[in-house]
Formats: sequence, structure tokens, C-alpha cells
Amino acid sequence: MARHGIMQPPPLISVQNLQLTGRRGRGLETPIVDGVSFDVAEKEMLALIGESGSGKTSVALALMGYARRGCRIAGGKIRVAGYDVTEMPPAELRSFRGKTIAYIAQNAGAAFNPALPLMDQVIEPALLHHVMPRQVAIERAIFLFELMALPSPGTIGARYSHELSGGQLQRLMAAMALITGPEVVIFDEPTTALDVTTQIEVLEAFRTVRREEGFTGVYVTHDLAVVAQMADRAVVLKNGVVQEEGTTEQILSAPRHAYTQALLAANTPQVRNAPTQATDSGTVVPVLDVRDLVVGYGGTGPDGRPRHTILSDVSLPVMPGETMGIIGESGCGKSTLIRAIAGIQPWTSGGITFEGEALAPRIEARSAAQRRHLQLVAQNADLVLNPAMSVGDTLRRVLTFNGDAANGAEIGRLLDMVRLPSALADRFPPELSGGQKQRVNLARALAARPRLVLCDEITAALDTVVAAAILDLMMELKRELGIAWLFVTHDLHALRSVCDRVAVLYAGHRVEFTPISALEEAPHHPYTRRLENSVPEMRADWLTDVISLRDQGSEPVPALSSSRGAGCCYAARCPVRIAICEVATPPVWRSPAGALISCHLTSQDLS
Amino acid sequence: MTMNAALIRALLRLVGASLVSLVFVTVAVFFITAVLPGDVADALLGQAATPDAVSALRHSLNLDKPVLVRFVIWVTGLLHGDFGVSLVSHRPVLAMASERLIHSLLLAGVTALFAVPVALLLGTTAAIFRNTLFDRAVSLLTLCIVSVPEFLVATLAVFIFSVQLHLLPALASISDIHSIGSFLASFSMPVTTLACVIVGQMSRMTRAVMIDALGSSWVEMAVLKGASPAHIILRHVIPNVIAPLFNVIALSLSYLLGGVVIVESVFHYPGIASLMVDSVAARDIPLVQICALIFCAAYLFLTTLADIVALLSSQRRHAA
Repeated sequence: MARHGIMQPPPLISVQNLQLTGRRGRGLETPIVDGVSFDVAEKEMLALIGESGSGKTSVALALMGYARRGCRIAGGKIRVAGYDVTEMPPAELRSFRGKTIAYIAQNAGAAFNPALPLMDQVIEPALLHHVMPRQVAIERAIFLFELMALPSPGTIGARYSHELSGGQLQRLMAAMALITGPEVVIFDEPTTALDVTTQIEVLEAFRTVRREEGFTGVYVTHDLAVVAQMADRAVVLKNGVVQEEGTTEQILSAPRHAYTQALLAANTPQVRNAPTQATDSGTVVPVLDVRDLVVGYGGTGPDGRPRHTILSDVSLPVMPGETMGIIGESGCGKSTLIRAIAGIQPWTSGGITFEGEALAPRIEARSAAQRRHLQLVAQNADLVLNPAMSVGDTLRRVLTFNGDAANGAEIGRLLDMVRLPSALADRFPPELSGGQKQRVNLARALAARPRLVLCDEITAALDTVVAAAILDLMMELKRELGIAWLFVTHDLHALRSVCDRVAVLYAGHRVEFTPISALEEAPHHPYTRRLENSVPEMRADWLTDVISLRDQGSEPVPALSSSRGAGCCYAARCPVRIAICEVATPPVWRSPAGALISCHLTSQDLS
Repeated sequence: MTMNAALIRALLRLVGASLVSLVFVTVAVFFITAVLPGDVADALLGQAATPDAVSALRHSLNLDKPVLVRFVIWVTGLLHGDFGVSLVSHRPVLAMASERLIHSLLLAGVTALFAVPVALLLGTTAAIFRNTLFDRAVSLLTLCIVSVPEFLVATLAVFIFSVQLHLLPALASISDIHSIGSFLASFSMPVTTLACVIVGQMSRMTRAVMIDALGSSWVEMAVLKGASPAHIILRHVIPNVIAPLFNVIALSLSYLLGGVVIVESVFHYPGIASLMVDSVAARDIPLVQICALIFCAAYLFLTTLADIVALLSSQRRHAA
């Protein structure tokens, strides 16, 4: 690389001994980042890798001379493109931000002003810094929209943020950052909140604009596979201290530091589950049996179907003691299915039985035993646990509610079950870490002695290392207590590592239902394959391969004639669709490996 | 096009709903005034009244008829634009009330003109510099002002500026106004008293609305684009907080309606509130009724206006 040449140019970004501190309320100032130093050469992309709380976002924001509320830059030197960032007065900082250095935030849905049209916001940096007149800025924005493959680039700017998808907004935000042609662009976890299938489009858009515009970049992320696609070099942070620094290749293939090795291990897929053999034997009554469930809104039409369907005829038998996985992108109806089973989402037709007895749609109408044996663990423990109730009181309430003995020993036993020290019973949720809170959330469900636990994306908000530990815990509990789990996720790695059987949902339809053993063997539904191919891998040319594969496949597909009809739900996006896909509901057939696939194509076509 | 049709439908629904409320209010006003103790016959004839004279007067004023009959007579009058005649002065109550209403609107208008910008500015700056000494000083001051009842503020003001310092007249007489100086002299104390009540409340609510908006990611994004604080407030925050702010303003201004009763009484200001107080004392029921109706209609008008602004501001972005 250029930096190793004889005529080494000075780095564009130079951070020396950076100290950041923060305080909560009136508490003491504590260090967030301690003595971080790194350089970034011109046109280079540096990854800042770390888990939440590692200080990676704080470092990235400090490059812009910005610290969040309660935090401040306490020491060190930051030089960016010839500017001494720590020494600049506010007015100079303002003309530096957005012009010399630009920022792409994690959650584009929240980072766009909901009350202003998008174009006004995209060209705003150019107008604020008087870089170009309005009309030129609009033309440049449209050029960038085209470059990043946004739909209808000429008119998309007139829309508002709530009208677009997360992946589109993320690309619009990249256009907003690049509008002034900045020297440095900071990417702060820009694809973390996106589905894997969308992530590919956004990463490819970022790579295209980088090739065309040639900026220097800092890419903040916890996802090592994304680092492999995007960055030239990487800095690994933990608790605000640099653990390791090197080229991406060296960090990913031969990590020196123990923490980097642990990160890599947590990112590598592994099987945690000892498969249950009782599935589908016919003699065992399913613990939960969802049959032809239809959920919708907007009233019921003349045909007895809801005007807008969220779930269409979804069937899902869950055997005692097995882990059933449900996977699909956001909006596929997986949370709705969980809510229907939990009794907080009424359905139009179909039915659910639990341990052989019909479940009433409303939780109030269910029996005490049903309520007790069917427990829900929500995604966000922060929102579920009452911050004013101690861990012990939270568990005690569940025990007394179900008429069990609620003594200290029982609470200690529950905490031990989720591998937490019994001393934690006196602590309050805000004092706990994210992983500890999720364990308490699990213990709360286990306190009811359930037969089936519904897990709605319970690892989605956690760091990789912590999430891996939660999955391990789930599998231990499955072995010890024989609990069945319904595990909803969008993370194929997590799904593979814990599930016995998997249902793939797309647009409210169950497109595939497969034992985990068949997941590795062809054939599969085209959508399942797409999901599989979308999971980033830790080799540097993965993204290039996926994109070229996608471009090859997109040629022989017949054009869609009708907008929406009775045909296959996946027809609009399917790379291998044929004429019949648009008009007829696909049949369900069983593959040699045992997967139930709903597709017009045959086993040979899909293999 | 369909968007516009939907908008017009929503607006009509809002206005229709407030008209329905107005009907209920009208009914309520009549029956509440009907159960007030004492009647105008007693009040007019005083101590020397003979039972015969009282019952003759009651008959001539229809007071001996059943409540429902009187209600029908009253409503029939309302529907023909006849709001009744004062039982005391025998003048049409509509004329009496509207002449006083203009005075009250002047007082309320001047107060709003002064109080709304001050409150918005105080609340916004307190939100920008939150948790600083300035913010705490504003919080403490507004809390103190909100906690003191307006009759005490008014009485104290009269005591200090009129009785002790002889700077301002104790009575706010509208007929004495000939110049800006005399306008200020008459209006400064009533307006300040009324403003005290609503500025405190309005600035605290504004601060809460603003803090909510300033903590959002899109404000951080604007900071990172290099926007100045003034640009952020005017261009980014204001369009987002128009609806809640307008609600704050409408609520505060409707609170003004209550404050005006006390302030007009203390300063003997010839507005509609003091007319209502006098008419209650005289048991002049038609006058009480029209005053009450005007107050209720003003309240309904303000809250409906806030709803319409909220509707329009959300409609604008859904229309695209």
C-alpha cells in the first residue's frame, strides 16, 4: 500500500493519545476513551471495530470535534485534513463539519428530519457551506442517487423519510454526506439496522461511490464480515483502549490479541444444538400447533379474507422439547405470528392448539395453565423490565402470580439457572448490562415453568460475544428442562446454531419449512437461497462475488405483467421465476432431504 | 386531488365535532344557570318586595313557567338570533356583550402579543442551555410566578405601583386612553398580571417540547452538517414542533379566559368578564348566559384551531 512506499505522504487523519470522558447526571467524570492513537492515510478506509461501549462511535464523533451530551474531549490531538480539530472555535468547527468531513449515521430513519422533504436535507450541507448554488446541488444529488442505484432518482428527493425503506434512506444519507465532496466520510454502523438482503445493496452502493468519489473513510462497526468488504486497515477497540491495529487481512486471518480472537470466534458460525429426534414421528402431540393462520387488518372482505393480510395460511407444528426457528426479513410477519401465539394479536381464520387444546385468540380468555406454560421473551429487555422493581421483586411477582413459593432460595435457583449470581436479586435493571438484563428477562419467563418459550429476536440488540453466550444458555436450558423454543430471528448464523427445524417466512407466507439437517442440502426455495447468500462472509471478495452472481442471474427472467395477483408471493423478486408464478399459487412439495418447499419449480430446477 | 378531498373531509369533521360540542355547551349553560339560587325578581325588588309584586314580575318575565318551557323559548330565540334582553337594563344582551367583548379581546390580544413571544423565547433558550444556571434561574422564576395566584399578583401590583409609588392608575379605564402613554399606563398592570399567569406555564411546556426535539438524531445530524444553532431551531426544529407548540399556546390562551375574570374585576376593566360578574350578582340570567356562551365558544375556538394546525402540519408531509 502507498503508506509503505519510500515517499510516505503525511496521514490525512492523525489521532494522538485521545482522551474522552463522560459523566452521568452529576456523577464523577469517567474515561470513555483512554489514550487512543491511529493514523489514516489519504484515500484509505479504516475500520474502527468494537462492541457496544467500546467507545468507537465516540472516537468517530471526536474526529468531527463533536462530543455527545455529558461527554467531552479531555485531551489528545486530532488532526483532520490539515485542521487541528481540538483547537477550533465553534464557528470554524461549523464550517469544517459537513464540508471537510461528513457523517453517515446508523439509523437513517431517525437521522432524517421527518418534517422536511429529503432533497432539502440532502443538499443542505452544500447550501450551508456555500459550496454550490441550489440547482447545481440538486443535479449533483440526483447524480449520486443514480450512482447508488436508488429508484426514480429524479423524484425521490421530493419524498419524506417515512415513505422510504431503511436501505433507501441509508443511501440517501450517503448522498447527503457526499454532496459537498468532503475529504473524509465517517460511516457509523450504517448497515447494522438493515436486513442482510438490504445490506448487500447498501454496501455495494458505498463501494461504488467510494470508487467514483475517492474519499478517505472511517468505518465504525462490530461486524467483522462487513469490515472484510469495506476496509483497508482496522483498529480494534475495547473499553476505550486500542487492542490491536493492522491491515484488514492480518486482523481477520491472524489476530494477535486475545480479544480480537474472541470477537472472531463469536462471529464464526458454530452448532450449539444437540438435535431433538422426536420430530414428526406422528405419535407425539405437538406442544404448539398453528394451523392455516390468517392475520390481517382493514376489515374482512367478501371472501372472508382480511383486506390487507399480514400472515397468509401459516402452519407451524412445534414438538415438545424442540427449537423451532422462524426467519425472514423485517415486515415478513414473524413478529405478528409471535404476537398471535402470545394472545395479543387477534386472527381472522385458522387456529392454534397448545398441548392439544385450542388456544383462545385473546390472552384474557386463555386458561391459567395455558398462560403459565406459554411464555414470551421480548427483544428489548430494557422496555420489558420495570426499572423501579429489583430483579428479585420481578421474579417474585411471577412466582406469586402463579401460586408458587416465592422465597429467596427459589429466586436464587432461577438466577442460577440463567447463570447469574444470586446477589443480583437486590439490583435494579438500570444497573445491569445488556446481557444481564436479557438473562433476567429469560429468568422471568422460566419462573413460570413454561413448556414453550417464544423468543422474539432476543439476541438482535446484543453484541456478538454476549449474544453467543445467550444462545449457549438457551441450549443448556433446553437440555436441562426440556423446554421447547420458538426462536424468531433474522440472523441465519444464530438460527443454524440453535434450531431443530426452520420456517422461512416471506411476505406473510411460509415459503419453506425444513429440518436443520436439510438446510445444508439443495434444493431450497429461491428466497431461502437468497437469505443464505446474503449473510456476509469474512473473505474480502465475498461482496464482489455476490454482486456478480446476482447480475448474472437477472437476465432470463420474464417481466412482471400484473402488479399483484393470486400468484407466488415471491414472484416479484424471484431470479428464477417462470410465467405461471404470477398467476397460480405454488404447490408445496417435499425435497429429498426433507424440506417442505412452496414453489412452482421442481426439485431438479432448484438444485 | 384525493389528498385534498381527504383533508377537507378531516377539516369538516373537526369543525363539525366542535359545533356538536357547542350545542352540548349551550344546553349545559342554560340548565346550570337555571339552577342558580335566587332570581331576578328578588334581586330587582329588593327587601321591600311584597309576595304579590314578586310573583307578578316573575310572571311577566316567564320565570313561573317550567324549566323545559323556558328552555324551548330561549332556544327558539337563539335560533332566530335573539339572545334575549337584559332583565335589568332591558337592552338586548348581544349588544351589551359584544361591546364589552371588544374590550376583553383588546386586553387578551395585547397580553398574547406580549406573552407568547416571551414564553416561546424563554422556553426555547432554556431548552438549548438546559441544566445550566440560566435554565435553572428560568425554571425557578417561572415556577414562582405560576404558583402565585393572579389576584395576589394584581393586588400586589396595585399596592406597589399605585398606592406606594403613585406611578400607575389603580383602575384601568378605557375611556381615559388618548395617547400611547395613557394606553401603557392603563394596560401595563392588567397585561403584566395576565402575562405572569400564562408565561410561566407556556415557557415550561415549550421547554419540554423543545428538549424532546433537540434530543433527536436529526438534530445531531444537523449539528454534524455544520448548521448553526439558529438555523437548527428555525429550519429543523420549528417545523416539527409547530403542532405541539400551537397546542401549548392554545391551552395557555384558553387559560387566559379564566384569568381575565379576576384581572378585570381587580382593575375594574370594562370587559366581558366583569360584565358577567356583575350580571351574576344581579341575577340577570340572559346576560349570564350569553357571557358564558361566549367564553365557552372562545375556548372551543382555540382548541379547534390547535387541532386544525396539527392536522395541516401533518398533512403537508403526507401529501407528497
